[in-house]
Amino acid sequence: MFPRAVITSTTRLLLRQSHSHFLPRRTPAFPSPILPSSLTRPFSTTSLRKHGHTTPPKPGEELYVTFIDKSSNPHKFAVSAGENLLDIAQEHDLDMEGACGGSAACSTCHVIVVDDAMYERIPEPEDDENDMLDLAFGLTETSRLGCQVKMSKEIDGLVVKLPSMTRNLQSSDFSKKG
Amino acid sequence: MAVIGAGPAGFYTAYRVLSKLANAKVDMYESLPVPYGLVRFGVAPDHPEVKNCQDKFSEVAQDPRFTYIGNTPIGTSWPHPPHRSLPLAALGPHYDALLLSYGASKDRKLGIPGEDTLAGVYSARAFVGWYNGLPEYRCLRPSLHLAEEATVIGQGNVALDVARMLLSPVDDLRTTDITEYAIEELSRSRVKRVRVVGRRGLLQAAFTVKELRELLSLQGVGFHPVHASLLPKDPNSFPRTQKRIMQVLQKGPKTQLADPEKSWELCFLRSPKAFIPTANDPARIGAVEFEKNRLEDPMFSPSSKAIGTGETEVLPTDLAFRSIGYLSEQIPGFETLGIPFNEKRGLVPNEDGRVVKPLDPKTGDPAIPVPGVYASGWVKRGPTGVIASTMYDAFETGDRIVSDWTGREVDFMKFGGEEEKLGWEAVSNEAASRGMRPISWAQWMKIDGAEKERGARFGKEREKFTSEEEMLAVLE
Repeated sequence: MFPRAVITSTTRLLLRQSHSHFLPRRTPAFPSPILPSSLTRPFSTTSLRKHGHTTPPKPGEELYVTFIDKSSNPHKFAVSAGENLLDIAQEHDLDMEGACGGSAACSTCHVIVVDDAMYERIPEPEDDENDMLDLAFGLTETSRLGCQVKMSKEIDGLVVKLPSMTRNLQSSDFSKKG
Repeated sequence: MAVIGAGPAGFYTAYRVLSKLANAKVDMYESLPVPYGLVRFGVAPDHPEVKNCQDKFSEVAQDPRFTYIGNTPIGTSWPHPPHRSLPLAALGPHYDALLLSYGASKDRKLGIPGEDTLAGVYSARAFVGWYNGLPEYRCLRPSLHLAEEATVIGQGNVALDVARMLLSPVDDLRTTDITEYAIEELSRSRVKRVRVVGRRGLLQAAFTVKELRELLSLQGVGFHPVHASLLPKDPNSFPRTQKRIMQVLQKGPKTQLADPEKSWELCFLRSPKAFIPTANDPARIGAVEFEKNRLEDPMFSPSSKAIGTGETEVLPTDLAFRSIGYLSEQIPGFETLGIPFNEKRGLVPNEDGRVVKPLDPKTGDPAIPVPGVYASGWVKRGPTGVIASTMYDAFETGDRIVSDWTGREVDFMKFGGEEEKLGWEAVSNEAASRGMRPISWAQWMKIDGAEKERGARFGKEREKFTSEEEMLAVLE
């Protein structure tokens, strides 16, 4: 699967060559004109990147939002009005998924608003957001879907927590799809 | 790492491992030519937003460290003859790790008379597979044009999906990625009334509020209200999730028709005992016999059990759908690799995704990890949960693989052979010698493009190919 020690790309190429005599490649892995990447298996250190779609704020119009990640580290960003929390988090490679692409059809961008008063200032969730929050792990009184919370002057300085619920899930935590 | 099954569990686990281990390589095996598993073949066509996770999976697949190997069943016999599938043992020597994420390919049965013999009795899995174009069920042809009353047995979200498909105005479905043959049959459907029947009560039902709300919002579809004695008097004393379901039920359907063209209801406290043939055709269903149940006290607790009363009730029906859950099977060859399987629960015993030979209650022997073998998705935890739960659960398995690998405290697979595992580079020779025809990601993209082109003609996202032959023909 992957070498345990970090191996430089040169070493790796040598390893490949030294092994290639085991299995002379008679047939291509995929009988197709398109050469699959598997034949060459380039060494790569690029990890998958997430992409948000945010525009940087104009000078003087910055709004601030802070995400507290699963290890309790705060990340503060200056953002433009109208940006939603999912896009902001993904733009900055925070550990937040948006499985449904930000359409309030899943609960993977669940955030917890830290301050009750701030929570009250965010426009109320619609039914579809609430329906999904019902399925969120570690739901709290101030939970929201990140994709549905748009930055505005009213909530400048917002602080949200990412729930840390990836371990020790009980089967009762899951809504049944059966 | 070899991943078996290209559904959300396999993709999310691969994504996690690739994100955290720069040197990881993932080969993903899929028995069908096309990827995405239940996102393609399970998620209802009128829930396109749920399928957006495919964008992420496609991104994962573009990673140069990832190889998709479609049309390559592992260890399965149906519908592929043995020489057209790879034995599990053929993968073992060429990988450090094996991820089982092949889901649940069977469904739970009721075990009652008429289930396998009467026309008009279907499994929900087959019906869902049929409208979604799963090759296995493309020829199901449910006789909707002969039916006015339908009964769905089970009250999970799949049951509600089935009810919604039967009751939705066909025009609302035309622009989805539902198969054209399903549209044809649905437009001939005469189904007027759908009963969704459960053994227990509302508090014990598995469906979620979104699916309930959708059914109650259908144009021209009435709802027979739930009897007040089955609902708690004060919804506000319940946790948020249950409270909101009760509130949606209390609000009732959007369509208040005195005599609605179509209607549905939730029937509680009924256990099916037999499917009964119709009077004029002994080979076709005409009714279901139920035993009435009551609930153990306290009846409004989610864990309250059903107790049979001995009293029965016969409800007429022209169609019946069994929707009481899915089951995972083991892949032939588990024993050779020392992989355990829990037949009763239909899953692979594991701890946080690491497959283990479970603790032996007789000898007290502790659970022992099976080196390098991991599980994710329904094979790991049983057939429940939405995409979000599958994702978290896949991340848990991914984190376990990563920490096992970097921690160096546990063994990975050791079947001799290569010092550095060659993966698909080696396995492809075996596949070629069996005359198999693996499909690469680039080839899937071609099939994908052809489906979208076909769909454009009908004004829909895609028109799926529903047989392996059609899919492969695109590549000629």
